[in-house]
Amino acid sequence: MSGAMQALLFEAFCDTVFMIVVAGFLAVLFGVPLGVVLTLTARGGLKQNLYFNRFLGVIVNATRSTPFIILMVAIIPLTRFLVGTSIGTTAAIVPLFLAALPFMGRVVEGALREVDGGVIEASQSMGATPFQIVFRVLLPEALPGLVGGATLMLISLVGYSAMAGALGGGGLGDVAIRYGHQRFRPDVMAATVVILIVLVQGVQSAGDLVVRLIRKRRGIK
Amino acid sequence: MGSGSGEKFHALKGVSIEIPDGCIFGVIGRSGAGKSTLVRTINLLERPTSGRVLIDGVDMTTLPAAELREARKGIGMIFQSFNLLSSRTVAGNVAFPLQLAGWSRSAVGDRVRELLELVELTEKRNDYPAQLSGGQKQRVGIARAIAAGPKILLCDEATSALDPQTTRSILELLQEINLKFGLTIVLITHEMSVIREICREVVVLDGGCVVERGTAFEVFTRPGAPVTRELVSGFMAKDLPPQFADMQFFPKPASEDIAAGLNIVLRISFLGDTAASPVISGMIRKCGVDANILYGTIDHIQGVPYGMLVVELSGESSERSAALNYLRNFNLELEVIGYVRRNASVAV
Repeated sequence: MSGAMQALLFEAFCDTVFMIVVAGFLAVLFGVPLGVVLTLTARGGLKQNLYFNRFLGVIVNATRSTPFIILMVAIIPLTRFLVGTSIGTTAAIVPLFLAALPFMGRVVEGALREVDGGVIEASQSMGATPFQIVFRVLLPEALPGLVGGATLMLISLVGYSAMAGALGGGGLGDVAIRYGHQRFRPDVMAATVVILIVLVQGVQSAGDLVVRLIRKRRGIK
Repeated sequence: MGSGSGEKFHALKGVSIEIPDGCIFGVIGRSGAGKSTLVRTINLLERPTSGRVLIDGVDMTTLPAAELREARKGIGMIFQSFNLLSSRTVAGNVAFPLQLAGWSRSAVGDRVRELLELVELTEKRNDYPAQLSGGQKQRVGIARAIAAGPKILLCDEATSALDPQTTRSILELLQEINLKFGLTIVLITHEMSVIREICREVVVLDGGCVVERGTAFEVFTRPGAPVTRELVSGFMAKDLPPQFADMQFFPKPASEDIAAGLNIVLRISFLGDTAASPVISGMIRKCGVDANILYGTIDHIQGVPYGMLVVELSGESSERSAALNYLRNFNLELEVIGYVRRNASVAV
């Protein structure tokens, strides 16, 4: 493989990482509050509001069940409005974020649901406000689950980002389609696949490690 | 549960209890009797559909959310499953209610040190709950519950997950706290032994209603309601120990002739001061019977002795009647368990 091709792959790798990191960061930033709201408003939650919960749930499910490739095309006007263009890595961040957000929301909701109700009750008995319960009890208690969930979300973003690449988003997916497929370069195709596999493995291992460290620190087997 | 539509299930009904300041107050009942619900209505974790919860004259049920939270800071609570924060160390757990109450960092540090000393967990301050034993976890729970200086401590089956020895040490700690800080402790349990150990007053719940109330000693020694009797008997080993299972008891003999060949097995329960007086030796001296003590227990309920003896009496029937009459003069509970063949050996 030529040096130019290697440089191209490296650049594509950086683009992919950039998309994933930014979209992932935004998804965590907004996904955690989304998950918290879903948890609090659910039946038996601290701020039970079933109508709102159902309303939010429908939106979340709708976004999650829209195939990414369709979501990406469907929101092109929004992407243009926000970024000014619908092509390139920065533009790809918008649909990536929108796809990862509801995923993260559900994952956070699941992690928070795992928090022992007794602990919440104990906090209430100590006069904690709902705000204090969320920030000092729910989120810290659920931290291993949240990190595990964020790991899953990042991995699904790797897959989405490759798809985004095929639709003009740049990154490894773009290289795989344009060079590997359209220019008949099986070596490039193989290289992108290997890089993606390594990337997914790396994210998974890093996530697992963090979860393990937190649990070990807390003395949980 | 309600059987038809519109019919409601009442976890508690018509319960009216007054808990004196500084008292260790027990609530006992079988599971499902409504004990947990009762204790949880005190800090309104469970809101009663009707009725009032008065604490120092303030009706908790009328308080708006913010005031209720403030009021709850004056009521500590410990739980069967401890409910510690797994994300915080021992010290962090104890500090939690203080941080909620907005204490300064240094004040929190001092108070936590003081509390950990009280519950003897100073060396464990940086451990996480998952690294502690059940008893240690409950000590953290207690330190946390009393950290902000509440006037009331609610204990929801606080020792039910602990072994007897640990239970004892936790109860001692509760007693110490009660004496030291004049804390009112409301303790719910299904274990009579817990009540016996530290409670001054008791109510017995059954089916959501109070079926009996009184001092622990009264309830133990003169249980009125069937459920109380059942709870007490289980604990007091009213039934004979398993060694007696092989013993062949005969019913009351039809004639004196048959009775002459048999010994009487008696159960004698001692109450209060009588336990100390030498009843048995008096009976032997005065009535000329032989007494073989088969089994005996002596317990103290709130410092008052309470005992039970199983005695085999042998002798002429006139002597035995005299002995029974002699025993009836004392403040004892007397029960003839049955008759056994003379010289029947009992492996005790």
